[in-house]
Amino acid sequence: MALRGNLRDITMTQLLNLVHLASKTGTLVVDGVSEQAYISFRDGKLAYARVGKDDGSLASVLHKANKISANQYRAIVDRAGQMTDKELGLILINAGYVSQEDILLNLQGYFTDVVRRLFSWVEGIFRFESEMLPPEGRINVRLDLENIIMEGSRQLRELEQLQDEIPSLDMALVFTNRPRTNVNLSVEEWKVVKFVDPKNTMRQIAGANKLNDLEIRKIVYGLLQAGLVEMARPAGAIVQPNPKQFPTKNKEEQKSLINKLIGRIRSM
Amino acid sequence: MQTVKMVVTGPFSAGKTQFIQSVSEIDVVSTERKISSEEERSVKSSTTVAMDFGRITVDEDLVLYLFGTPGQKRFDFMWEILSEGMLGFIVMVDSTRPETFREARSILETFRAYAPTPFVVAANKQDAEDAWELEDVRHALRLDSKTKLLPCVAIDRNTVKTVLLELLYSILKEMDSGK
Repeated sequence: MALRGNLRDITMTQLLNLVHLASKTGTLVVDGVSEQAYISFRDGKLAYARVGKDDGSLASVLHKANKISANQYRAIVDRAGQMTDKELGLILINAGYVSQEDILLNLQGYFTDVVRRLFSWVEGIFRFESEMLPPEGRINVRLDLENIIMEGSRQLRELEQLQDEIPSLDMALVFTNRPRTNVNLSVEEWKVVKFVDPKNTMRQIAGANKLNDLEIRKIVYGLLQAGLVEMARPAGAIVQPNPKQFPTKNKEEQKSLINKLIGRIRSM
Repeated sequence: MQTVKMVVTGPFSAGKTQFIQSVSEIDVVSTERKISSEEERSVKSSTTVAMDFGRITVDEDLVLYLFGTPGQKRFDFMWEILSEGMLGFIVMVDSTRPETFREARSILETFRAYAPTPFVVAANKQDAEDAWELEDVRHALRLDSKTKLLPCVAIDRNTVKTVLLELLYSILKEMDSGK
């Protein structure tokens, strides 16, 4: 039976657990809302991962980790041509730019981060391709999944709690009437605060700041707890007509109906 | 025959079924089941799994239906269905069980997102010795000063009537303001 489904029904943590317990080899392909992710395993261990437009190459991983400069990165991309990551790694080690340990640690960190990002995906079609291996020329790692699974479970619980606090991202944020004055905000919080406006939904604020559902909920929860903002229905939101609400469309008849209800309940 | 409806929502065991029972002219049509969870059984023996249904006849042309939602989170798929076409909603909260306040706040936000209809919050069991003060409940639920938070005892018809009337006044006020 093919291993495929939706993250709505089977969480990322459950999937990793399954791969781990069955010591699977292959690639988990996840089509998220806006990005696609590839996570490869060998004998139930994480071997390689990439997400979205990031190619997961050694050069880009080392550049992101500030192990090589932007100029060096550009030079590698321009000149290295068809060189594999293994060959590139050897050249960088021999030239004294990085050590073998640097390379392995940074790749492990990058692949783990990719998997962490997927923990916050609540929507997405997945399939496990047992024939698909990591792209040729890429350096693979062998990372045990236990700790990643534990971390994912914690993150999932956190997301569930935050979903209880902030059930809908389609609500807007407004400043409270009496905000506390001594609130220290982080850079991420400022980025959200500058969009606080009854016209902007939390989903739109998240989109503008490239935040996922978990990240925006975490920040908004902090702002709510600090008494800085509160949730409100977005101003100017299109209210779906609800013909069933009143049996009549006439405003005066609607008011008369409410007055009748008031009279009846008072007389009970 | 014209019919309108209001929804009574709130966490598990907040007193929704009793609230409707106190004013309904018919025996509440309740879809209750025995509770299987040990933890929940310690609070009450049966719970609403689909909805409660009560009725108040105004005259031969107009009937008000009261729908109570199931309180447990696993039945929340019912909430949106029940909220369709409601005049307004009442969020019931048990003033003696602060551990449910967070859930009440979550339910309130969920219903606010469904429809821009007026609502009131009823702090039930206000006659109990260990009931939280209204202002403390307001803070715990993070309600602003404009939101009506009303004392309630679900077995006392008069307080239930007051809650319903306050919701109707809010509906009327919103109609007058042209929203």
